[in-house]
Amino acid sequence: MNFNVKEFLRKYTMVIALVIVFILFCGLTNGRLLYAQNMSNLMLQNGYVLVLACGMLLCILTGGNIDLSVGAVICLVGGLAAVLISNKGMNPYLTILICLVVGLLVGVWQGYWIGYKRIPPFITTLAGMFIFRGFGRLILDNKTVSIQNKDFLKVFTSYINIPGLDDTANYSALIVGVVVAVYVIFNVVRSRANKAKRGYRQNTAFSDYSKAVIIAAVILWYCYKLFQYKGISVMFIWVVAICLIYNFITSRTAFGRYFYAIGGNEKATQLSGIDTNKVYFIAYVNMGLLAGLAGLLCAARVGSVNGSTGTSFEMDAIGSCFIGGASAYGGSGTVGGVVIGALLLGVINMGMSIMGIGDSWQYVVKGAVLLIAVVFDVLSNRKNG
Amino acid sequence: MADNILVMDHITKEFPGVKALDNVNLEVQRGEIHALIGENGAGKSTLMNVLSGQYPYGSYTGTVTYEGEECKFKNLNDSEAKGIVIIHQELALIPLLSIGENMFLGNEIKNKRGSIDWDRTYSEAEKHMAQVGLHESAQTLIKDIGTGKQQLVEIAKAFSKKVKLLILDEPTSSLNDEDAKMLLDLLMEFKKNGLTSIIITHKLNEIIYCADRCTIIRDGTTIETLTKGVDDLSEDRIIKGMVGRSMDDRYPSRKHNVSKEVMLEVKNWTVHHPLYPEKIVDNNINCKVHKGEVVGFSGLQGAGRTEFAMSVFGKSYGSNISGELYIKGEKVNLKNPHDAIRHGLAYVTEDRKTNGLILGESIRFNTTLARLSKVCEKGVINTDMEVHMADEMTKEMGTKTPSNEQKIGNLSGGNQQKALLGKWMFTEPDILILDEPTRGIDVGAKYDIYCLINKMVEEGKSVIMISSEMPELLGMCDRIYVMSEGRLAGELSAEEATQERIMASIMQEQNKK
Repeated sequence: MNFNVKEFLRKYTMVIALVIVFILFCGLTNGRLLYAQNMSNLMLQNGYVLVLACGMLLCILTGGNIDLSVGAVICLVGGLAAVLISNKGMNPYLTILICLVVGLLVGVWQGYWIGYKRIPPFITTLAGMFIFRGFGRLILDNKTVSIQNKDFLKVFTSYINIPGLDDTANYSALIVGVVVAVYVIFNVVRSRANKAKRGYRQNTAFSDYSKAVIIAAVILWYCYKLFQYKGISVMFIWVVAICLIYNFITSRTAFGRYFYAIGGNEKATQLSGIDTNKVYFIAYVNMGLLAGLAGLLCAARVGSVNGSTGTSFEMDAIGSCFIGGASAYGGSGTVGGVVIGALLLGVINMGMSIMGIGDSWQYVVKGAVLLIAVVFDVLSNRKNG
Repeated sequence: MADNILVMDHITKEFPGVKALDNVNLEVQRGEIHALIGENGAGKSTLMNVLSGQYPYGSYTGTVTYEGEECKFKNLNDSEAKGIVIIHQELALIPLLSIGENMFLGNEIKNKRGSIDWDRTYSEAEKHMAQVGLHESAQTLIKDIGTGKQQLVEIAKAFSKKVKLLILDEPTSSLNDEDAKMLLDLLMEFKKNGLTSIIITHKLNEIIYCADRCTIIRDGTTIETLTKGVDDLSEDRIIKGMVGRSMDDRYPSRKHNVSKEVMLEVKNWTVHHPLYPEKIVDNNINCKVHKGEVVGFSGLQGAGRTEFAMSVFGKSYGSNISGELYIKGEKVNLKNPHDAIRHGLAYVTEDRKTNGLILGESIRFNTTLARLSKVCEKGVINTDMEVHMADEMTKEMGTKTPSNEQKIGNLSGGNQQKALLGKWMFTEPDILILDEPTRGIDVGAKYDIYCLINKMVEEGKSVIMISSEMPELLGMCDRIYVMSEGRLAGELSAEEATQERIMASIMQEQNKK
């Protein structure tokens, strides 16, 4: 068995950082961070960041391109949802559909300029940031509009409650935890067996299994926390589903691979028969759609929308991507990394809030973490190059 | 005793895990042109980086003595202050700045108030440009002059730094024969005025043409130094030193079985420049390629060969493309590279770093990129299958690498080229267009590439080979088209083709004007 400590540290730097920061804040908050309610809220508070970051990752992969307009799109879509439901009394499901379509159209608009007319994304989305913020405020008529529709809130913020099973306690959370943990381990066994059968090269049994066991343990532990609180939230399912889908797209599909190829070398990608314009276009269409979804999540979670909803959310998403190891020049980065980055920011925010440290210091720490993460990444890569 | 301007004594330089230089000795006499030669990865560039201070004193062992004095350079500035200037293969010029600005970049001429004195900058620049025979305005932007002239700008820049020892790292690799000869003549001219130069090159004929002495490096050690007039300084002799064995047959032989079947036929193909549509790059070209045939495209740089190939490959170059394209007798309209690949075409670029490979990704990633669908089921990549098929391809191409997960950018030039060929073989093409397939790679790797080409045509594929090295075309091709200034200037069979006849065709076409 060849276990290379240096290689291990390099590969899992951010995971280790997350664990250290987590333990640090557990200590600083006298364990209050570990309360079931806080653990459950960690995912819900940062749900929108995770959703946005998945979309942002695709943009960044194409060459360090970012989308500055997502905060404004959240305001536009969230505002639209609030106005349609509360003021116009529209059917909540129809509203959700309309809102997602609006997000998609925003993406088509920006993707068209960026992909087919080659307007620099920074400028296109900066313009979008102003335009959609303006439209959002117009729709809201500069007021705060609250959402009280039960059906709408249920789609995003309720907790799973299966009659008969969850009557006394949230056993569904525990069951889900066990099933997923078993699946993770089973999956590794199956994949190893497959590789062995076809004679393909594979990792050492130790690294495969220890990784699987750790992941399974974390899942079990987290589900246990959810069980102790209110069970599995619908929003949690939304967020996890998005992360899994985008992880699958980026790591396993041909289309996902094209994002990495373009970020690595656009000209070579084009000459390999790949329609690079289309890839740019899709990246921003997708970002628009996810921004729309994030808008709905935010509106539902906060329960109201006003003209400054979503301000600087794009920066959280961009920050998560870079902390999570996405390259500022494009071509590298994973959804897993982005999730770690978002959680790192989330843990810091939550830990500091519990400690009663104000917003201002949270900004300072967030900025410092971003810089440290990227500096570390650049320096460690330089040594390898 | 010889008057040595530079003595590098027992230089050893280690990188983590690799000994790049192992007791290398190099002696350069004042006022000579000294050639440094060796296969890719032999350690030539590392040695020059030690000399220039790129690798600072202390990071290597051994001594560097220059002008009788031991050097302890900490960086490039230290060596430049002593008059040692190195010009790298990839020119360090900024395209959007003028010649004058580039020449004095980092070394600006300032007036008393501390702002840049543009009048003096440009007049000084033009003075040095005249020295190297470059007649342009110093205010011309770098992007507006050709590679040959850019090379001259670099040399003029070296003169502005009062160069005494000029090091050129593959100065002619991107030049055509004519410009290359001019550059070498210039070096010989400078020699008369007492300038010492070290030239690193792969082109053996250049060494024989201009070098006084030649040091051969292999696997990080000095093999020998040959002196003109004393030793046998011939191509065969140098190759023997480089590869450690004599290479009687530089071009592997193959069974010539060209079938009658026409794989690709191009009729009346005309291409206009993408930015200046009034300029015609390729003018009314007609050609065909048979099954199992290697067809060469010869010509000077700028003859329109690459442009022709790329425009055929799914219109990836040019505007207003007109003409007809037949693949296996069927008329096709290839709108983009994707169409071209689907119709069995592959274009292996001359510029593997910018147009061919994704350097930051693994060999596996690059190998499957142009035809990912082969390892996909409904758009989902079968990772295991991909790993497996990429491994097979790497084996087939003979790419030397510890693993297929290695970043392709870490491979040597020759291995990158093999991996690039592998990428296109993976698309299972019928017709391969190889644009300068052996540019910038060493003799051993060249031979491997030729063997691969032979294997391709034996399998019934057709190969179009664009090359600026005429011996290579003569050694490999069944038929050669000669291009000049966007036109087809001639067609020669393998039997009748000679370097003289190719040049004669080019000249004839040029004289028609």
